[in-house]
Amino acid sequence: MTHESAELRLLAAEFTARLGPAAVITDRQRLRTYECDGLAQHRVVPGLVVLPESAEQTAAVVRACAAAGVPFVARGSGTGLSGGALPHADGVLIVTSRMRRILEIDPANERAIVEPGVINLDVTKAASPQGWYFAPDPSSQQICSVGGNVAENSGGAHCLKYGFTTHHVLGVEVVTPNGELVWLGGTTRDVPGYDLLGAFVGSEGTLGIATKIVVRLLRESESVRCLLAAFPRVDEAGVAVSKIIADGVTPAAIEMMDALAIEAAEAAVACGYPEGAGAVLIVELDGPVAEVEHTFAAVHRHCTDAGAFEIRVARDAAERALFWKGRKSTFAAVGRISPDYIVQDGVIPRTVLPEVLRCIADLSAGTGVRVANVFHAGDGNLHPLVLFDETKPGEAQAAEEISGAILDLCIAYGGSITGEHGVGMDKAQYLPRMFTDDDLDTMQRLRCAFDPVGVCNPGKVFPTPRLCGEVPGKHKGAHPLQVAGLAEQF
Amino acid sequence: MVTSTLGGLRAACGDVAEATVDDTVDGVPARWVAWPGSTEEVSAVLRAAARLGLRVVARGTGTRLNWGLPPTDVDLIVNISRMDAVLAHVAGDLVVTVQAGLRMIDLQNALALHRQRLALDSAGTLIGGTVVGGTVVGGTVVGGTVGGVGGTVGGTIATAASGPLRYRYGSVRDLLIGITVVLADGTVTRSGGTVVKNVAGYDLGKLYTGSLGTLGVITEAVFRLHPLPEASRWITVPAPDAERAAAAIAAVRASQHEPVALDVDRGAPGDRVTVGVAVEGVTGGIGARAEAVADLLGAAAGALATVTEQPPGWWGRPPHPPQGPAATVSCEPTGLAELLATAPGVLRGSAGAGVLTAGLDDGDRLGAQLAQLRRIATRNGGSAVLRCAPSHRKAGLDVWGPVPALALMRRLKDQFDPEHRLAPGRFVGGI
Repeated sequence: MTHESAELRLLAAEFTARLGPAAVITDRQRLRTYECDGLAQHRVVPGLVVLPESAEQTAAVVRACAAAGVPFVARGSGTGLSGGALPHADGVLIVTSRMRRILEIDPANERAIVEPGVINLDVTKAASPQGWYFAPDPSSQQICSVGGNVAENSGGAHCLKYGFTTHHVLGVEVVTPNGELVWLGGTTRDVPGYDLLGAFVGSEGTLGIATKIVVRLLRESESVRCLLAAFPRVDEAGVAVSKIIADGVTPAAIEMMDALAIEAAEAAVACGYPEGAGAVLIVELDGPVAEVEHTFAAVHRHCTDAGAFEIRVARDAAERALFWKGRKSTFAAVGRISPDYIVQDGVIPRTVLPEVLRCIADLSAGTGVRVANVFHAGDGNLHPLVLFDETKPGEAQAAEEISGAILDLCIAYGGSITGEHGVGMDKAQYLPRMFTDDDLDTMQRLRCAFDPVGVCNPGKVFPTPRLCGEVPGKHKGAHPLQVAGLAEQF
Repeated sequence: MVTSTLGGLRAACGDVAEATVDDTVDGVPARWVAWPGSTEEVSAVLRAAARLGLRVVARGTGTRLNWGLPPTDVDLIVNISRMDAVLAHVAGDLVVTVQAGLRMIDLQNALALHRQRLALDSAGTLIGGTVVGGTVVGGTVVGGTVGGVGGTVGGTIATAASGPLRYRYGSVRDLLIGITVVLADGTVTRSGGTVVKNVAGYDLGKLYTGSLGTLGVITEAVFRLHPLPEASRWITVPAPDAERAAAAIAAVRASQHEPVALDVDRGAPGDRVTVGVAVEGVTGGIGARAEAVADLLGAAAGALATVTEQPPGWWGRPPHPPQGPAATVSCEPTGLAELLATAPGVLRGSAGAGVLTAGLDDGDRLGAQLAQLRRIATRNGGSAVLRCAPSHRKAGLDVWGPVPALALMRRLKDQFDPEHRLAPGRFVGGI
């Protein structure tokens, strides 16, 4: 019996006594259910899974982990695409799926208060009878949790106009890595002191666990108009996007798919997009009728001017849903045309879109690795899907290389290695390509303020942990993390 | 000692002098002042200051240097006014990178030439931007500024200053997408980037926003921009009392008119309350939209609403003299009726965002007014902070009120500025 497993056994006994046997999983087969999140390439069976029902229970679990020096990882629905919720073999996985109460829907105060395990779309479902909704809409919104959205600062197709999760959270009740229960932000804006809420949202589970979340609700728009435009090539579609933006229009969403992505979507959901399209754009506008009617006409004109050979305008909500069906199904649909694929997430300045797409096409042509492109064209967020067949020797590695080369392109063009999927475990090694050692060290000062002993989702986001509480150059003796082989001396 | 300190600073930055009375920070005199011209020079100055153990306050035009508490000590002022360049503006990307010493008004005027803006009107409201023969004429900024000079980008970030547009576009925290900061030890550090959508690494820009210079010296910033609207209208209604004003605000909130601003203006408690709404959009639709808002406001407030093409005189202007006293008061939307009915002082600000400014008495009643304001705000989920006041008035007052998670904030300060040399004492909890 190893030292770690003895510790986990003690914790399991403590959690069972406190939370009841139904809240604790120790059985190896059942633990395997939690071995990965949406990024299935990385798998680690957690040492122990615990499912608290309340903030107080979560705090007790975290306190016990902190006291024992056992690492813990929070997990919502497990839909993340960067391995942010990848468990620790010798650690505790804290799953929030039993904390699923919507505590308050309050349109008069433009807010809802929810527990972290609440499903994103359920917030909107609860608010929509009164005409309100929760804006962040990641493609996984039918299953992803609001707690996960907070951890990842999730975006979605409509963040071009409405922003990301960080713009829609007013406050969070948090269990800090040492087990304290504190509020960051609140039910009003401009809470005195540092904006720790702003730093917490998007920290990928490394600064604590959100146990209650105050989210903003938005009033539904009076009018929503959506068109689907087919272009011979992505170049013309890119021109249309530039014309729309240059005209001062801020659509709710502008989505683009290239020929291979369209092919996959057709195979999977028969969305019936115009035949022969090298690229399609879905442009959605929302707002007051008097505004949208004018801007929609302008968008239509820009698509025509840029060379669209067919433009379909959705006549009702059902037709609009049909336009979106192809787009929203693309990730899964790619499985129809390729046994395996990597979903990449990179960002480039919108103005270099055609150039970067040509570079990706060259990469693809040079290696024979097929790449399907779907992206949030309005904000330059690319989701190239790199296709491969794991059973064919060398293909997986070639796909990994192309995928990495695409990230290098994003960085070279002044963009980012992730627009919404997060760094997690998947891209920690890429972060130093965007930031200097000093930049990363400064970010870790924040982590040290929250988690000085490094037990909260360690090994994620940053390639090398920073040892806290000591000024560089003045180390006295070895740090416990260093002794444990978990950290290098920074 | 004085000579060697000055020598040490001059070795780091060519432009260093002994401080004058103009460099006094909220009543606290400084000893030296440096005018670095670049991020590298700021870094050199701060390295020298670290070596010499100097306490440092960063400043731009000094517009909001009296926000927060007076620092306990100031040895060195790092004046960033020389760093006033627009470093990059790619109009097609709706992103701008600037040096922190750039004045907000100059930034807005530069962007207006491209029919764009930073949707942050803390330094006043941008009106017009009429296109004549391909160039923009106008883009006039009116109102807003406290000292008549106008704040810098760095000062706006450090104080998290905001204006009426925050209802639709959010405040500094929501528009800042990248930042360069020099830490107390001279480390140059960046977070964020130059693209709007980006979740790589921690979003430290949020921490620096509103930190009153206690975590580092801001030297560059990257903002997401928005197109300048083709047309704007202001709709105002003088509600006879707080209750009807609150009803008008609630009606706008529940409507689908999508205004960009929802502000209020009230004199003393019991006075009538003016509710002001701004709508923006295309010329073809703006008239009908403004009339619809006017109908709604008029019916809810029980008074005649007026539509104008210019903002009302009070729009975006602080309801107090530059030296204060003034408090920032926040409350939940449903608490507005009580706040507007009973809060002491002159009230103005974003009812939509639930953050208002109260101009308070420069006299013995200040403490009682602040306490009363805080009671009302707290009852309604909010807070009241004495934002600025003549320094002798701040003494003995609880300027900040209750601050949640203060222990975490202290640990953060210890990590970023372990020797507590940056604006010591200016922020919450003595930070």
